Amino acid sequence: MSLTYETIQKKLTEKFGDALTNWQQPYGMLTFTGPKDLNLKVLQFLYDDPELKFQFLTDLQAVHYPGQKNEELAVVYHLHNLVDNVRIRFKVFTDINKPDVYSATALYRSANFMERETYDFFGVNFIGHPNLIRILNVDEMDYFPMRKEFPLEDQTRVDKDDEMFGRGGTMGFGTEKEEDGPTLTEDHKHNEGSKIL
Amino acid sequence: MSRPVQYNAKLKTVEPPEGMMGDGFMATSLEKVVGLARQNSIWPLPFATSCCGIEFMATAASHYDIARFGAERMSFSPRQCDLLMVMGTISKKMGPVLRQVYLQMAEPRWVLSVGACACSGGIFDTYSVLQGIDQIIPVDVYVPGCPPRPEAIIDGFMKIQELVGEESLRRRNGEKYKELMGAYGIQ
Amino acid sequence: MAESEHILLPEGSLEKQTTTLNLGPTHPATHGVFQNILEMDGERILSAVSTVGYIHRAFEKLAERRPLYQITPLTDRLNYCSSPINNMGWHITCERLLGVELPKRVDYLRIIIMELSRISDHLICNSIVGVDSGAFSGFLYLMQYRELIYEIYEEICGSRLTTNIGRIGGFERNFTNTAFERLEKFLKEYPAVLKEFENLFTRNRIFMDRTIGCGPISAERALNYGFTGPNLRAAGVDYDVRVHTPYSSYQDFEFSVPVGSTGDCYDRFLVRNEEMWQSLSLINQAYKKVQEFKGAEAEVFHADSPAYYLPEKKDVYTKMEALIYHFKIVMGETEIPAGELYCSVEGANGELGFYLISDGGRTPYRLHFRRPCFIYYQAYPELIKGGMMSDAIITMSSLNLIAGELDA
Repeated sequence: MSLTYETIQKKLTEKFGDALTNWQQPYGMLTFTGPKDLNLKVLQFLYDDPELKFQFLTDLQAVHYPGQKNEELAVVYHLHNLVDNVRIRFKVFTDINKPDVYSATALYRSANFMERETYDFFGVNFIGHPNLIRILNVDEMDYFPMRKEFPLEDQTRVDKDDEMFGRGGTMGFGTEKEEDGPTLTEDHKHNEGSKIL
Repeated sequence: MSRPVQYNAKLKTVEPPEGMMGDGFMATSLEKVVGLARQNSIWPLPFATSCCGIEFMATAASHYDIARFGAERMSFSPRQCDLLMVMGTISKKMGPVLRQVYLQMAEPRWVLSVGACACSGGIFDTYSVLQGIDQIIPVDVYVPGCPPRPEAIIDGFMKIQELVGEESLRRRNGEKYKELMGAYGIQ
Repeated sequence: MAESEHILLPEGSLEKQTTTLNLGPTHPATHGVFQNILEMDGERILSAVSTVGYIHRAFEKLAERRPLYQITPLTDRLNYCSSPINNMGWHITCERLLGVELPKRVDYLRIIIMELSRISDHLICNSIVGVDSGAFSGFLYLMQYRELIYEIYEEICGSRLTTNIGRIGGFERNFTNTAFERLEKFLKEYPAVLKEFENLFTRNRIFMDRTIGCGPISAERALNYGFTGPNLRAAGVDYDVRVHTPYSSYQDFEFSVPVGSTGDCYDRFLVRNEEMWQSLSLINQAYKKVQEFKGAEAEVFHADSPAYYLPEKKDVYTKMEALIYHFKIVMGETEIPAGELYCSVEGANGELGFYLISDGGRTPYRLHFRRPCFIYYQAYPELIKGGMMSDAIITMSSLNLIAGELDA
């Protein structure tokens, strides 16, 4: 008997009740949200249950939604049941001022580097991680670059001709940017971090 | 399976430098001879970080053989190499390492910057990529391309050979060179 | 592992201490820039700490700035030894997001390209394992055939290594006859060379002694560490995305998935070799199927979706709708649905996944690459513990660590 999304949803709501919300299936993958205190319990349940058996962590990363107050950072887990070939997505939201989430490294060793990368890019503090330090950026970096408020380019460059790249300048092409304003292409993006769900 | 013997008659021999030829001797200037010897036996250090490194492997393989130009022994130790070939993106984390390797090289040393990322940061205009290695070390020849074809890498190598052959023996001790090194903060 | 016998040496003596060795970011045998600080007892490794990030190029942040079709050159530079697979994976993700259906001929052509790039990646990996164990000639023999693959790519898309091949919806141009001739030449000559390579290495006493038992991993540990691809298959688990979640019409073809048993370097080498044979068989089957399309069907090289695939230039200059579509696509006014989507393909190293969150705008809201190398590199300190230094080098090259994919 193959595992269906209804079975998964039924088992999870039996065990956790209303704590798990926002059940959706965008593009055919079951997605649900849970409170951040229960994330390890949900993952453990999905791992241990003999019928569910989600024992492979495909991916772990975060998304920054600056528009949603108190729930700006979402940590997203992609789990895979290799035997029945079923994938699900589990999201956990946390406040950006206190981004503490329990670490899944005790359960999945593959979460180690992935959580370090999430910490490096977004600043999510994983409680219980053995070695939560920056992994991809330089150790001296003091901000979290993937958050939406930070720009892509290196702001300390002096030799980049802003004029030619269409973001500022003095020739009057209408592309002046004000001091400390966002770079123009950032300005043009009309997504202001609205809730995607 | 026997292969037929082939005699390659199309060899290009290096011309002897100008000088006075006599019966069993030749007098020329030391610079020319040293330049000739150096340019045809450059030992490169392939500092391959990313995609350009794979094109370098293709250049070193049998189809585009860079060993024909004298680069037979790829030295991986900076103390024993002449040419630092930087191939691939250098991030800010890697910058100090590259500088350290450059400082460990012994004079005379040349630098070949292969690929758009090493020349100027390439398509990666981001907070974490060094926008060109000439921000931290002096570069002699730049080879653009993303990745450059092996022919382009060999062309860059041949330009380095010209530079090496023409270089004056006193260049490394002169004032201009000291100024250049000073601009990079190197003693 | 047996501890080396210290004959009654006093505690605290120099001979009992361990040395710290920096297998630094620049090292001849690390293909790509990784640093490992090793704690060694003589020649045996007791522990290792890895540092990555020496080639971090901020792909994910860059992708938030670029419209969908401009992200393909970024995906090229992930696993640059097999960039067409990354390109196709990204195109498949976009097509799933946009709801574009592809004709069969395009799928079969994509399979030919993807399997060619899988061969080229495994070819490099196996020949470099040979180089690291001291056998340089295998590398030279096989790189010749990588040049043949490069010539095929050049004919189709113009570039050798970082190909940016294909477009969202198909290919940029139909494969010319020259491309098919070059493909036939490759298919005719390569099997003999692969056989020669196998004869040099597979039952070679020295190679077997060097690689058997070197860096083994059990199947449960591998799954817990998130291994996918040939490294996982060498440990005994037959997980292949092409079989589990077929994409691009892989279900129309017959191929087997080679599986090893101990997960050591020798098994990984054999699994990759066998995968090259399977890829050759897949290319042959796909090529036969492509040749069966005749007439007008043989000219199909992209999906019929003018909203996402750039129309031909001659139509742009003469027809009104084509002009409007061209403008909309280039200026980014096309309808891109909002939503989130995770799509994965079988890269040469494992499951390469793309998690795309689109907000309806021209550029993605968030794009995350699930990079197989990054995830299985975490197991490296455990694989080399207790082994010798040279085994650590061979383990690293047999894991096929590509720095671009690791750091992204």
